[in-house]
Amino acid sequence: MSPRDARPEEPAAAVGSVEVVQSVEPETAAPAAPARPGTHFHISRRKQGDPKPHFQNFEIEVEPGATVLDALLQIRRRHDPSLVVRHSCMHAACGTCGVRINGREALACDTKLATLPTHKPIKVEPLANQRPVADLATDMVDFYARLDAAAMPLLRASETAGGATPPENIKAFARFENCIECGLCLSACPIARTNHDYIGPAALAAAARVVEEPRRHDLGPVLALAAEPDSVWRCRDAIECTAVCPSSVDPARALLTLRRHVAANGARRFLARR
Amino acid sequence: MTTNDRPGDGGRPEPAPTEKVRPPRPKRARSSAVARSVAAAASIAAPEPVAPPAPAPHVLIIGGGGTGGALAHDLALRGLRVTLVERGEVTSGSTGKHHGLLHSGARYATTDRAAAIDCITENKILRRICPGSFEENDGLFVALTDEDVEFEKQFVEACWLCAVPTKRLGREAALRMEPGLNPNLRFAYQVPDATMDAMRVPLRFMATARRNGADIRPFTEVVAVTMTGRTVSGVRVRDHAAGRDYEIGADIVVNAAGPWAARVASLAGVNVPVVASPGVLVAVRGRHVNMVVNRLHAPGDGDIVLPQRLRTVVGTSSWIADDPDELAVRAADVELIVRESAALVPAVARAEVTATWSAARPLVQAPVPAARKRVATRREAATAPAAPAPAGAGRGLARDLRCFDHATDATPTEGFVTIAGGKATTLRAMAEATADVVCSKLGLALPCRTTDVVLLPHSAWYSA
Repeated sequence: MSPRDARPEEPAAAVGSVEVVQSVEPETAAPAAPARPGTHFHISRRKQGDPKPHFQNFEIEVEPGATVLDALLQIRRRHDPSLVVRHSCMHAACGTCGVRINGREALACDTKLATLPTHKPIKVEPLANQRPVADLATDMVDFYARLDAAAMPLLRASETAGGATPPENIKAFARFENCIECGLCLSACPIARTNHDYIGPAALAAAARVVEEPRRHDLGPVLALAAEPDSVWRCRDAIECTAVCPSSVDPARALLTLRRHVAANGARRFLARR
Repeated sequence: MTTNDRPGDGGRPEPAPTEKVRPPRPKRARSSAVARSVAAAASIAAPEPVAPPAPAPHVLIIGGGGTGGALAHDLALRGLRVTLVERGEVTSGSTGKHHGLLHSGARYATTDRAAAIDCITENKILRRICPGSFEENDGLFVALTDEDVEFEKQFVEACWLCAVPTKRLGREAALRMEPGLNPNLRFAYQVPDATMDAMRVPLRFMATARRNGADIRPFTEVVAVTMTGRTVSGVRVRDHAAGRDYEIGADIVVNAAGPWAARVASLAGVNVPVVASPGVLVAVRGRHVNMVVNRLHAPGDGDIVLPQRLRTVVGTSSWIADDPDELAVRAADVELIVRESAALVPAVARAEVTATWSAARPLVQAPVPAARKRVATRREAATAPAAPAPAGAGRGLARDLRCFDHATDATPTEGFVTIAGGKATTLRAMAEATADVVCSKLGLALPCRTTDVVLLPHSAWYSA
């Protein structure tokens, strides 16, 4: 019998509804003003098969200096082990814990609770414009498909390869490794919200980086991709991507650079045809 | 720059064009470009698993960290059926939280020769099978004080014995190479340390394992171990994403839960002498070094400074915790670590602390069998990669790593193996040792192939 066969057809009872003191309440019942010393969280919950998400409230006491991720993990440990949240490195290097905090994209591990307003509950939702997994986790498959489409050489020698001294031009670029592939930019992008085929900021930033520093990479397909309808010209310069980027990639600026290259390349090809 | 044995250029691997496998079409209509790329990602050839015995035995791995991921890859390559369950996201336990240092072994050369030999051996193997996943930035061991200077002879000798290459740099040369260092340093040694992405290296093992048929299930927590008498027959799991429980049968269950190993083993009524030994890590804003900076002294607290993306990570400390889930971030440790590391890299003291966290090492508290106490000589170390691996011993594995076949416990439990201890750098070797035990229990003589198979890129983990 394969392991898949072992899955029961019917869900076992009560797993997703492990009742907690903090209670499951409809969104409308969100408390208006949390009392100290507890911190109120208003967390989007959705299990696979649920038609739409609902909100669940938690009130917990947190250590000084705690981040949103610390709080989410504390909720999972002490109150509801069924809370699904992605995380790994705890220091803004891996890019897995991207969520929307009070409606704004951020890494949960890089957002200290002390920086958030105290007069209302802290609302935590999964990233937008990505397929949901459950609760606060989203599926990054589409995001990575876009990065690959941009010919982003996800594996390549680091800036410091071939010797321990960084190359002369290391200041000329945001480090390639700066993009932590967190997907915040795609979530924040107003174009991606309405156009699911838009390739999105991270992929265009990656393409721009490849064009700026080709390292013998074939630029033809990268520029062709950038010239496609759902690519650089679809962007309406909302610059939300750069605003939410936790790692100084500045996709908006990269996109402007890429537009220049695409236009120049188009002109070159036009003249060559004549 | 000759201290380092650099395999390849670290570029995108060029897998041999073999049979192309198209994944199922994604549900949503995509732009042609995105659709093309999905197909392209799927066309990266995965190494062919060996022909499995029919029907292939089924191994269930508990724990989606580096060890579990590498084990899934190893067993899948040997042709076994593999299911891995992890209660959270993969690498969300200790694996993702470590500092991301690919050890050269120099750090352990003076205190744990076996660990040092494992590290330099695995360091070379990982660079070969994970090209591009490391910043090949090397490490420095920096002497600051008279005591450090006195330690030099011992350090160099120990590194030589373990075949860890070192290169002495004078003060000026060290500062040219790493301007972030304390200008009052005396001298430094360059070693083939490197920084790695603590999450993406294990992801490459998992991506390759999955391409070879392993079934890896995140957000799936083991709630019970099912048994027939004293024989483990599978597990009962809770799928947190779907909100339901179900059972998975297995011929062998491997407990690769790291610092949670004792808790998982207790579900089968088995005692495993593993405790959680957390250490505090601190990230500060800014990339103040480009190399891995260590203090030239016996391993201690706060003596590692390394770059991770746009941050600098410093660590670490060490204590024993009762519960691997409730790890305090001790304020005194943070202070100590920042102070000590600022002696190496002064900018750390002035930088904004952006994150503090604790990561639990799985510490094995068991007497080491006499056979493993013997420390290999340099000659053995140099030839170690070619040496045959006796089942269960795992080719000179460090003393901090143990693979328990619970059939040999005082109260034997069949079908249950625990792997514990080890380091992120030695994840592949830990997997090899464990897979050897698993195969030996199943009566199979299947060779390990993980030293030569180049892993898929981490992005393949996210391909449809």
